[in-house]
Amino acid sequence: MNISLLGIVGYLVGIAALVGLNAVILVWLERKVAGHMQFRLGPMEVGPHGILQTLADGIKLVSKQLVIPDEADKPLFLLAPIVSLVPIFAAMVPLPFSETVQAWELNIGLLLIIALGLLNTLGILLAGWGSNNKYALLGGARAVAQILAYKIPLLICVMTIIMMTGSFSLRDIAIAQKDTWNVLYQPILFIVYIITVTLETNRSPFDFSEAESELVAGFHTEYSGMGFSLFFLAEYSYMFIAAGLATVLFLGGWHGPWLPGVAWTLIKIYSIIFLMMWFRWTFPRVRIDQMLSFGWKILLPLSLINFIITAGVLAL
Amino acid sequence: MNRPIQPTYTLDKVGEENFALNLGPQHPGTHGVLRVVLHMDGEYILQADPVLGYGHRMQEKIAENMTYPQALPYVCRMDYLGALSYNLAWVLAVEKLCQFEVPERAEAIRVIATELNRISSHLLWWGAFLLDLGGFTPFLQALTDREQILDLLEEITGSRLTYCYFRFGGLPSDVDEEWLTRVLAFIKEFRDRLPRYHDLVTGNVIFHHRSKDVGVILPFDAAGYGLSGPILRGSGIEFDVRKHEPYSGYDRYDFEVPVDQNGDCLGRYNVRMAEIEQSLRIIEQAIGSIPDGPVRSKVPKLIKAPAGEVAMAVETPRGQLVIYIVSDGSKKPYRVKYRVPSFANLSIFAKMARGQLLADALAILGSLDMVIPEVDR
Amino acid sequence: MMDCCYIKEVVKGFFSLCTGMRVTMGNVFTRPATIQWPRKAAPLPDRFRGHIMMLANDKTGFPKCIACTSCARNCPSRCITVTGKKPEGAKKKVADRFELDFTKCSLCGLCVEICPVGALDFSRDYAMASYTRNDFAAMDLLQGLGSPFKDA
Repeated sequence: MNISLLGIVGYLVGIAALVGLNAVILVWLERKVAGHMQFRLGPMEVGPHGILQTLADGIKLVSKQLVIPDEADKPLFLLAPIVSLVPIFAAMVPLPFSETVQAWELNIGLLLIIALGLLNTLGILLAGWGSNNKYALLGGARAVAQILAYKIPLLICVMTIIMMTGSFSLRDIAIAQKDTWNVLYQPILFIVYIITVTLETNRSPFDFSEAESELVAGFHTEYSGMGFSLFFLAEYSYMFIAAGLATVLFLGGWHGPWLPGVAWTLIKIYSIIFLMMWFRWTFPRVRIDQMLSFGWKILLPLSLINFIITAGVLAL
Repeated sequence: MNRPIQPTYTLDKVGEENFALNLGPQHPGTHGVLRVVLHMDGEYILQADPVLGYGHRMQEKIAENMTYPQALPYVCRMDYLGALSYNLAWVLAVEKLCQFEVPERAEAIRVIATELNRISSHLLWWGAFLLDLGGFTPFLQALTDREQILDLLEEITGSRLTYCYFRFGGLPSDVDEEWLTRVLAFIKEFRDRLPRYHDLVTGNVIFHHRSKDVGVILPFDAAGYGLSGPILRGSGIEFDVRKHEPYSGYDRYDFEVPVDQNGDCLGRYNVRMAEIEQSLRIIEQAIGSIPDGPVRSKVPKLIKAPAGEVAMAVETPRGQLVIYIVSDGSKKPYRVKYRVPSFANLSIFAKMARGQLLADALAILGSLDMVIPEVDR
Repeated sequence: MMDCCYIKEVVKGFFSLCTGMRVTMGNVFTRPATIQWPRKAAPLPDRFRGHIMMLANDKTGFPKCIACTSCARNCPSRCITVTGKKPEGAKKKVADRFELDFTKCSLCGLCVEICPVGALDFSRDYAMASYTRNDFAAMDLLQGLGSPFKDA
C-alpha cells in the first residue's frame, strides 16, 4: 500500500470528523439514556429532542477561558489532554467498518489498538500529576494502579480470539466470522471483554479515576474549557474504539443480513456503547481494592480457563 | 473479599509520605458545607477531623429573641429534610409548657404529615447514599417518589420543603377527605414500587460489597457517643422515642421498631428501609382511625408561657431531637437549647473513618444521613 | 482452589446485576416524571405560599388593610413596613404605604394568619427573577389598588 500526503490529510480529516461527530452523538445519547432511565427526558430544548445540545455545549466549552492553576506543572498540565486524545487518531487506523471501508489494513492491527489504549492512562496520570491537586493525583494514581488488573485478562481474551483465527489482522478476524460470530463460541469471554473495556475506558461502575462523590472530578478536577472537552472527546472516542474492537472480535464485524456492512458495524458498535451506558446508569461504583481483587481473582482465572479450554478444543 | 483491609499505619508514622486532604466545605460527598480534614496515607485515612460551623446561624439565640409563634418558621430551617418533626417538636414543647389541649384529629393529622415527611427524608437519604457510592439512577428514582410526597404535603402546608404547618393547640387548617384518600392511594402505589428499590440496590452485589462490614459501630460505642435514630438501631439497640416516650398519640398505633444487629452501613440501610414500611403502616392506621372534630383548640393569641422549664423529645428521621425551653413568664423564651441528632451522630465519624479507605469514609458519611445545617444550626 | 461457594457467589452476584439492569430498562419505558417547564407548568395547590399580596375592598377598591401593624409586629424577619392614615370622614385607617422586603421574607405566612381583617393573601407568582436585588427590597404591595390618598 502506498502512502500519499493527500491520503494522510484525507485520513486525518476523516478521523477528526468521525471523532467529533461520534462525541456529539455519544454525549447526547448518554444524556438521553441517563434521562430516560431516571424518569426524565434529558436535553429537549436545543434542536429536536435536544440533538444539538452537545454542539451548543461544545461551543461554550471551547469559547471558555483556559484556567491553569498557579501551582500546576504547566507543560504537563497542557500536554495531558493532548496525550489522551492523539493516540485515538492512530488507534482508529486499523479498525474495519466493512470489507472495503478501512483506513489501512495492518497485519498487527489488534496489537496496535491494545498498545495505544495504554496511552490513555498516561494522559490521566499526567493530568493528575500536572494539576498539583490532591484529588487529581489520587485519580491519576488509581488509573495506574488498575492497569494490570484489567490489561492481563483483556490480553488473554484477545489472545483466545487470535488463537481461534490465527491472525492479528482485524479484517481477517472479521472475515473468519462470516458464518458464526465468536460470541456464540465464547459467551463468557465476551462478558469478560466487556467488563475489561469498561475498566479501560474508565466508565462507571469502574470510574475510579473520576469517582465524582469521592474525588470531586478525579484527574480532570482542575481542567476547564478546552482541556476538559478534550478529555471528554478522548473518553468517548476510546469507548468507540473499544466497542469497535468488540464488534470485530466477537460480533462478526460487518457481517449481517440486508443492510450494508458499514451500517451493521455502526449498529453493533452503538449497541455495545449503549450497554456500557446502561451499566453506568445502573450500578454503584466498586471500591478500588475490590476491583483489583475482582480483576485478579475472577476475571483472570475465568479468561485463563477459557483460554485453556479453547486451546484444548482447537487442538482436538 | 468483602472485608475492609486493615492498614498497619498509625499516626506516629506521619512523615512526608502523608498528606492532609480537605474534604469540603465544597465537595460532592459531604452534602453541604461540612469540612473534614483528612490525614491520609495514600488512600487510607489516618485521622479525620470534622470542622463545623460553616452554616452556624445561632438558631438558639434567634429563638430566644422571638416570641413563641415567631420562632416557629425558624425551627424547621435546621433540618430541612425532616422539617415537620422539628415543627412538631417546637409545638409540642410549647404546648407542654403552657399546657394547651390538642384535639385528637389534629394529633392524627400531625402524625400522618410527620410520617410522610419521614418517608420523604429516608427516600432522599436512600438516593444520596447511593450517590455517595457512585450510583446515580437510585437518586432520581427516590426523588420521583419523594416528589409525590412533597406534592401531598404542599397541598396541606403550602410549601415543599421547610414546612410550617403545626400551630400551638392544633393546626391552622383541616385536611379534607379527598386528601386522605390520595394519601392512601399513594401508599398503595408506593408499596408496589418498593420492590424496585430492592431490585435495583438492596440485592445488588456491588452495593453489598460496598456496605457490608463497612463502618461498623458497636452497640457500646453507639450508646457512648449518644447516637440516636436509625444509626443507633442499626447497631442493635432498640430505642425509638415514638415507642418509648410516645407523644402526639403514637402509642395508639401499632408499629415495630426495626433493629439490625450488624452495625455496619448495610445494617443502617436495612433499618431505614424497614422504617419506611413501618411509617406506611402508621399512616394507614392513623387514616383508618382518624376522628372527626375540630383541629384547633382555644389558644390565647398572645402566648405568655408560665415560668418554668420543659424538655420535649421527638424522633426525627435522623434521631432523637430534644428541645429544652426555659421560660421566665414573658412572651419570649428565656433560654432555648436544641439537642440535634445529626450533631451527635457526626461525632462518631472521626472514630469510624480512622484506617478506612477514602471511598469507605464517604460511604460511612453517607450512611450517617447528615443534614449539615442541623449540625451547625 | 476455588470452592463451590465462591463460584455460587459470583454467579449470584452476576444475576443480581442483571436484576438491576432490568429495573433501569423498565424505567426507560415508564412515563417521565418531569414536566417541561416553562412549556407546561405544574399545578399550584390552593394553599400555595407565595409572597404576600394585599387584597382590595370589594366596594371601594381601596386596600383592605386598616394599618393595625400587627403583621409587621408579628413578622419574625421584620420585613413588613406599613403606615396608614384616616381618610376624611372615615372611621378606620387605611394603609397608604405597605412594603414587603422580599429579600428577608421567609414565606412563613404568620402575617396572613394574624391579620384581623383578612387583608393579606398569598399570591401565586413563583417565577420571579430580576437583575438587581433592589427590585425585591421594597415591594410595594399597594400597587394596582385604588387609594383614597391619591389626590393628596
